[in-house]
Amino acid sequence: MTTTLLAAPEEKERVHVPLVRPRLPRLAPAVVGGTATALALLLLVLGTGLVTAAATGALVHLLVLPLWALAVEGRRGATDRMMTGLVWATFTIAVVPLVSLLWRVVSEGAGRIDGTFLSYSFFRTQIEQPVGIYHAIIGTLLVTLGAAAISVPVGVMAAIYLVEYGKGNKLAKAITFLVDVMTGIPSIVAGLFAFALFTLIFGPAHVSGFGGSVALSLLMVPIVVRATEEMLRLVPDDLREASYALGTPKWRTIVKIVLPTALGGILTGITLATARVIGETAPLLLIAGATDRTNMNLFDGAMTTLPVLIYGQNLRGDAPAEAIAWGAAFVLIVIVMVLNLVARIVGRVLAPPTR
Amino acid sequence: MTARPAERTAPTTGRPDLPADWTSVRGGVGDRIFAGGALAAGLTILAALAGVFVFLLAKGATGFGKPSEVYGPHAESFLGYVFPLLVGTFTASAIALVIAVPLAFGIALVISHYAPRWLSAPAAFVIDLLAAVPSVVYGLWGAFFLARQLVPMHEWLHATFGGWPVLGALFGEPNTAGRSILTAGIVLAVMILPIITAITREVFSRTPRLHEEAALALGATRWEMIRMTVFPYARSGMVSAVMLGLGRALGETMAVTMVLSVGFDLSWNIIAQSSPTSIAANIALKYKERSADMLEVLVATGLVLFLLTFLVNFAARWVIGRSERRMAR
Amino acid sequence: MAKSIDISDVDIYYGDFLAVQGVNMTIRAGAVTAFIGPSGCGKSTFLRSLNRMHEVIPGARVEGKIVVDGQDLYDPGVDPVAVRRQIGMVFQRPNPFPTMSIYDNVLAGLKLNAGKLRKSEADDVVERSLRGANLWNEVKDRLGKPGMGLSGGQQQRLCIARAIAVEPQVLLMDEPCSALDPISTSAIEDLIHELKDDYTIVIVTHNMQQAARVSDDTGFFNLKATGQPGHLVEFNPTKKMFANPDDPATEAYISGRFG
Repeated sequence: MTTTLLAAPEEKERVHVPLVRPRLPRLAPAVVGGTATALALLLLVLGTGLVTAAATGALVHLLVLPLWALAVEGRRGATDRMMTGLVWATFTIAVVPLVSLLWRVVSEGAGRIDGTFLSYSFFRTQIEQPVGIYHAIIGTLLVTLGAAAISVPVGVMAAIYLVEYGKGNKLAKAITFLVDVMTGIPSIVAGLFAFALFTLIFGPAHVSGFGGSVALSLLMVPIVVRATEEMLRLVPDDLREASYALGTPKWRTIVKIVLPTALGGILTGITLATARVIGETAPLLLIAGATDRTNMNLFDGAMTTLPVLIYGQNLRGDAPAEAIAWGAAFVLIVIVMVLNLVARIVGRVLAPPTR
Repeated sequence: MTARPAERTAPTTGRPDLPADWTSVRGGVGDRIFAGGALAAGLTILAALAGVFVFLLAKGATGFGKPSEVYGPHAESFLGYVFPLLVGTFTASAIALVIAVPLAFGIALVISHYAPRWLSAPAAFVIDLLAAVPSVVYGLWGAFFLARQLVPMHEWLHATFGGWPVLGALFGEPNTAGRSILTAGIVLAVMILPIITAITREVFSRTPRLHEEAALALGATRWEMIRMTVFPYARSGMVSAVMLGLGRALGETMAVTMVLSVGFDLSWNIIAQSSPTSIAANIALKYKERSADMLEVLVATGLVLFLLTFLVNFAARWVIGRSERRMAR
Repeated sequence: MAKSIDISDVDIYYGDFLAVQGVNMTIRAGAVTAFIGPSGCGKSTFLRSLNRMHEVIPGARVEGKIVVDGQDLYDPGVDPVAVRRQIGMVFQRPNPFPTMSIYDNVLAGLKLNAGKLRKSEADDVVERSLRGANLWNEVKDRLGKPGMGLSGGQQQRLCIARAIAVEPQVLLMDEPCSALDPISTSAIEDLIHELKDDYTIVIVTHNMQQAARVSDDTGFFNLKATGQPGHLVEFNPTKKMFANPDDPATEAYISGRFG
């Protein structure tokens, strides 16, 4: 087809332009893909590693199809097929670590889970006593609850300010911008902040779960603000005006009309934010510390959370520690996934009926 | 359904038996309190961000100029202490970006343009799952599984490219346990993949249909259509997505802390037995020393990291904002 | 180079929904054919099926035969990319590529087909296409400026220049004037008159006066009822259609009794 351009002036005389271009058969990608898969399986049987076999298969597919297309369809067809192959390959590559990680966590961790593991702490009163992660589960729940108790009111109210009161003024713009920037604060910096704050106030030896809550809330607030803001903006102005027209004061309008309408989305956002911070490790290392005992007091003394426990076991590095780490990772992943699932269900169930 | 409560509450606030009062005191006070609360929450956020800076400065300012033995045994001044950490931070982030950016763009295209409709929502969900996995679990996976799996790759990289002019410097003597900065970078790449994907897929799918159809109607193949319309339209979104990914990678702690075996020698070798760690990982590794001097130094390095990520995120948001203003015109 | 289009028994679907049913017609070469009809009657959908743009929408498909120059567009061996290269399209709203200059917009289609263009050839093509679209005199001094800087009518003519730069056989226009003011509209209508010497032109329009002004043949599409597929009611020379239509429904529509 490249000649048509050069011949453009004479093209007026030409009568027939073929629309049927030589094309690969419709099944070509499947044929090449099948052959590549077969080759990979053959290599696997012949004893090469899984990675080598898969990589060879993928490479064969990514090279053969464009080359075949180049021979039959020309440069443009070949480029298009190569890019299609590459684009899909990126997705496949991204799935590999996810599957590998989930498989690892389930296969190594699920077996550890039993009543003992979940109901005993690391603290042993006698040498025979079994150990478990009860203290870390309690710690995770308390610290996260503390973080939510700070973040939800601040985040939701700030979003209300941005949408209902600030509407485009300078302060609101500044807050919106800083909330965006805040989402990028490294978690370790949040930990350092809580550490600096609490040790400056309560003395250098201070450790507490609440310090961890403060650090986490620094990470959680921006997520809650963004989610709430987005939901509030979706509430149609008609609803607000209908309420004002009835003589309802603004704050009652917000509480009785706007918030209930946006409730599903806001709860979803809060749940997702919780899921995000419940797995944080770095900020808690510094201020919440680690302990073998179960600590029920959020405001005094070290408090272990699941991520910190996993990290601690990783540092020890021996086989029993590794086993405990995988078990704890399994519990943590289950908690996070359940929260994500709940968020989706809540979002679906409480979503305002769309017309 | 939600409008109903208002209809019921309105008469009670109107109180027909009372004289009409245009400056309804009850509503006024409630409004003032509520508005004040909302404003206070907004200001809290400003204060918190300022507080991060102020408290880090208060606690860490002294960390910049300690006697030289505090920074020892590998450095004599704050600069000497923080420089290898900066190198480690940027090396790990650069490796992560090199791997994650092309993947993320590809995945975003799958979700926005390549996958059939029934597949694109599940595909997006899978990538969101990657974002939901806690960083410590990535670290665990990287340290106990991936690093071991990557030992042959380390040996292969060294054997294949070790003698090449430029690549040879990157792939020197390999790490025997796979706990190199390259492995840490790979784990980081998986962790920042979702954020880059999420932003780019958003801007890709916002490409005006009109422009895509214009390209197709000129006889463009799908890839040519993407190059002609999607990429030019999404360019600034892609840039800021990469920067946000960079910001995340710079500050991510656990992947590097748990995977990398730490050393102090600066070298180009990204598969070396040991490499300088990152600022964030260094804080996580050293905080236990709890010597007052060292802690102040660590807080000071944290301040450096904070400013660094703040700048990167600020720039990313600025690029997004600028393109949104341009599109709005 | 203008070609006729023979359409037989064409059904057009969105997924399971039959949007247009049983269309038969012959679009004459080197003439202007207009499609008119009420909103939602499927005239734009039908137009988009003439260069296989309909299938860009997921789940959309076409059954039946559309033959151009002895070749069925929907033959399994036919490359939709080749079809769109031969059958150009101008859209409802002007859509020059926002990141490209006027010059590059005109060349956008050609650059796909030929890797490298010599500067002089490219200049020739740009000038010829812009002259063909009656835009040359207005933009010749600012070819390097972005296409988005032009007025709406100029943008639409730029899109026409872009479409004719690849020398198609047929030019499809989907309500090309609906977003334009009257002066720009009349400029486009004049242009359509000039272009029909070289191209077969098919135009969808909401505006019956426009159909009467620019077209040689007219097809009237209608819905039997809401939710029913659209179909071709009448296809006749424009003069006859507007003076003495065969079908009472056509007459009702043209005289403004409905739609």
